[in-house]
Amino acid sequence: MVLPDPSARNRAPKNATSAERIVGNQEEVNMNNSVLLGALTVVGLAAGTSHAATLDDVKARGALNCGVNTGLVGFAAPDANGVWDGFDIGLCRAVAAAIFGDPNAVNFIPTTGQTRFTALASGEVDVLIRNSTWTYSRDTDLKFDWVGVNYYDGQGFLAPAALGVSSAKELDGATVCIQTGTTTELNLADFFRVNNITYEPVPVATDAEAQQQYLAGACDVFTTDASGLAATRATFEKPEEHILLPEIISKEPLGPLVRHGDNAWGDIIRWTYNALLSAEELGITSANVAEMAAAPTNNPEINRILGTEGEMGAMMGLEPNWAVNAIAAGGNYGELFEKNIGENTPIGLARGLNALWTQGGLQYSPPFR
Amino acid sequence: MTIAVDPPKRGFRLSQLIYDTRYRSITIQVIALILIAALLTFLIVNLVQNLHALGKDIDFTFLSSRAGYDINQMLIPYDNSMSHGRAALVGIANTMLIAVLGCIAATIIGVLAGVLRLSKNWIVARLMTVYVEGFRNVPLLLWILLIYALFTESTPSPRDFGGDNPTASMWLFDTIAVTNRGVYIPMPVWGPGSTALVVILLASIVGILAFRSFARKRQAATGQILPVFWVSLGLFFVPSVIAYYALGKPLTFSYPELGGFNFQGGLQVRNSFTALWVALSLYTGAFIAENVRAGIMAVSKGQSEAAFALGLRPNRTMSLVILPQALRVIIPPLISQYLNLTKNSSLAIAVGYMDVRATLGGITINQTGRELEGILLLAAFYLTVSLSISTVMNIYNRGIMLKER
Repeated sequence: MVLPDPSARNRAPKNATSAERIVGNQEEVNMNNSVLLGALTVVGLAAGTSHAATLDDVKARGALNCGVNTGLVGFAAPDANGVWDGFDIGLCRAVAAAIFGDPNAVNFIPTTGQTRFTALASGEVDVLIRNSTWTYSRDTDLKFDWVGVNYYDGQGFLAPAALGVSSAKELDGATVCIQTGTTTELNLADFFRVNNITYEPVPVATDAEAQQQYLAGACDVFTTDASGLAATRATFEKPEEHILLPEIISKEPLGPLVRHGDNAWGDIIRWTYNALLSAEELGITSANVAEMAAAPTNNPEINRILGTEGEMGAMMGLEPNWAVNAIAAGGNYGELFEKNIGENTPIGLARGLNALWTQGGLQYSPPFR
Repeated sequence: MTIAVDPPKRGFRLSQLIYDTRYRSITIQVIALILIAALLTFLIVNLVQNLHALGKDIDFTFLSSRAGYDINQMLIPYDNSMSHGRAALVGIANTMLIAVLGCIAATIIGVLAGVLRLSKNWIVARLMTVYVEGFRNVPLLLWILLIYALFTESTPSPRDFGGDNPTASMWLFDTIAVTNRGVYIPMPVWGPGSTALVVILLASIVGILAFRSFARKRQAATGQILPVFWVSLGLFFVPSVIAYYALGKPLTFSYPELGGFNFQGGLQVRNSFTALWVALSLYTGAFIAENVRAGIMAVSKGQSEAAFALGLRPNRTMSLVILPQALRVIIPPLISQYLNLTKNSSLAIAVGYMDVRATLGGITINQTGRELEGILLLAAFYLTVSLSISTVMNIYNRGIMLKER
């Protein structure tokens, strides 16, 4: 960065070396420091400039950097072969497929509750799909944009059946394991305050650690989003010995989020997700998407989504068949849900609020028009 | 350079800055200073620009807004309606607690292990070698997690103490409960009149110090040795015990009892605290042991031989002749071990101990999104603590240094 003074070249080399010898160790230390600081600066600059055109950066890199959970079975966890799989992972792959036509062009970057927002703000990840709750201050003060809600959740409690509790209001004096750096910490404090009962928080860093503490009996109950509790319980040796308490003490709309300032990039994530929702509504599945995309159908909206009619892809700077690739990657929203966290999986979550609006749920895609 | 010749008096020339050894070092230092200043300016400008590009500013007002989260171990009163600044103070108190107790325990362990490692007993010396090498060469984080896992996995849960067939029982006449959530010990309850008790206790400590000084003077003057240990012990306990009964037992204890989900009453020493304390003390103790061993070996063998020749017993030789001289070598590296322990206490988050790194540097940063401000405050805190420890220890070091007259 700092170019040597041209006059330095005129100096006799003998003098230069003796000067170095005189300065000795001190100079060496300074040099190491400045190399380190220089590296930090470069990182800072890279982070600073990566905000303008995320899509171009992603295309140049050849892969999407997707921030995910460090391991929550059903949502984002590596399987026995080390391949990432889950509900959130499915959305990451759909976005990668929409951009590159290849659902494997993703780098999954595990983030903890504490590191996730810094990773997104600094540009380490392009999009964060990690069970993150959409709140006012995160949206405004932290400068993020939630592009949708892929899971409507609420905070619940997991307790051993042997504890003999049937309601969270009976938890006076209980020890509660809680993942630190999440909205659940604040909800928990509010819930116990409102109900005028006490508790002892045991802060833990990850779901895995919480699980270990809970199973060892170091805490009476474990609290987090109800979906996360179901996923955690599914990994237990004897899931039937643990119950979810009936209280849901908060609203936790979980969804993918991007940084402020690049709306075109946010649009790509938002509409990839909406394409998966519309696909379920219109009956497009991973099995029939190739067939439906081969020739225009009678339904103009299907045609617009699948690129057989109009220029929908080009409006976002993507290929015409972007949605075909996204749906083919892991299926539509309903398929992703049933395959990863639905009632036939060990996690066994009902669609509930996450059913399509046509079936009494809240999942609703704006029209493709 | 052996012949000194008066150089011809000439005016200062610019080339002297490089070729004259008198000025060269100054020239280089000035250039280096300018470069470093330029680099720092560049970094700060860069930071401000990037923050501006992100739409962020540097703002510390978040410290006065409502924290909203709870902390389990509180040395000062706190609840979730208090401010982030208050939560940071709770964390600072917890950090200081672990740092002070850790330094004390590490010193005791280190001195014992260092002396024993030089023992002539083969087994004792080898055991200490195993301890020192084992702890020095495995990362501290692993020790913290391992010790924490031992505490939580091998101890019974409070539920096991109750029911019809309790599988666990309390220790020491049902006064101490060891559970996987922590150790519950009796907590002193200060009743009316307990102030007088504390005053008497403090007075007896002053008395002990006075007696020790008197005994030392007497020994120096007459050579007679007084039974300092037993008298000190007596001075410590006898007046306090008499006062305790005379004042009508003002001090009572609250004992832990199983109630609801947990033990109620008593004082809960959480496993996160114990594990962190034990791990930090053992880890730093291993380094201090090596410092102590080096210090002892730095004292010339002639010193101990001379002490033996004067008829001093081995333990007196160690405490009166060897250790005071060894301290001069031990103290400087000991300072940096204390600093290490204090800074290493920030690994507390691994076991959920709520130190300042976990409150200010963890939850507060996460809830407010003020990473830069939080980290700057943390850095300033650790810097202040470290410099304070250095200052205090350097003053002590000056006190025991060899005084040349």
